[in-house]
Amino acid sequence: MEREYLKKTLICAARTIPPDGRVPHGFERRVMARLEAAGLPDEWILWSRALWRAAVPCVVILVIAGVWAMQSQSFSPAADLAQQIENAVLSELNQNLASVW
Amino acid sequence: MDQPDQAYIDAVLAGDAASFEPLIAKYSPRVFATARRYARKEDEIQDIVQEIWLKAFHKLASFRGDAPFEHWLMRLAVRTCYDFLRGHQRNREATFTELSEPETDWLERFAADPAKAPADEDAARQLINRLMDQLSAPARLVIQLLEIEEKSVKEISALTGWSIPLVKVRAFRARAEMKKHLARLARDKYL
Repeated sequence: MEREYLKKTLICAARTIPPDGRVPHGFERRVMARLEAAGLPDEWILWSRALWRAAVPCVVILVIAGVWAMQSQSFSPAADLAQQIENAVLSELNQNLASVW
Repeated sequence: MDQPDQAYIDAVLAGDAASFEPLIAKYSPRVFATARRYARKEDEIQDIVQEIWLKAFHKLASFRGDAPFEHWLMRLAVRTCYDFLRGHQRNREATFTELSEPETDWLERFAADPAKAPADEDAARQLINRLMDQLSAPARLVIQLLEIEEKSVKEISALTGWSIPLVKVRAFRARAEMKKHLARLARDKYL
């Protein structure tokens, strides 16, 4: 019971503490200076941020291109296509040559 | 809301950063008073208030204007103070063994006769500050807002961003935590 009363008394004591709204001299100027400094970042920082952001997509594209290149080497669809085109273009010529011989 | 506040806010959002300075000048006393409830060292208090204003500037676009700017700012202030409390958990004192002479004297008078230890003495204020410093961050915030500033659960929910059930749970735990510290104080001082 006494502890509960102690708690109430201490809470009452806390309520009697007046709000302390003292502001240090020139505080708003200091905050504005911080804001201005933060609002105009260094050019090198901007570049480094942009490069770091670009690094991840570049790595992803590199990996995708590498995987695609590996797969294309194993199946070589490009080579097949080139051969088919060559056969189609030269088929007429081959027939003509055969008839000449 | 006050027309001047909205005019300054519109100007800042339009790119005139200098219009933020009158807002800092107008509301800093209130923000400092809030910060001083959660921190004791003057350099920490100034860091907290500076952080509040930097956040306010960068988040100003999220201020919708349907409530006074002061309310929006106070929500930001309370949440920043809470972040500060969470970041300084380790600084909490562990015991009541280092009470000052006036504090010990006040407690002894209270133990003898509570009527002889009034609440409006500096020693009582120092004791409650010491007790508050020992509470965990959520407990301290809840006790400050609920018990000392006598805010409603709904108001605390709006200030902290916690749900109403969470405020109630934290209030329950905070009272238990305070009770535990008071019991230790009473045991240490033979109350």
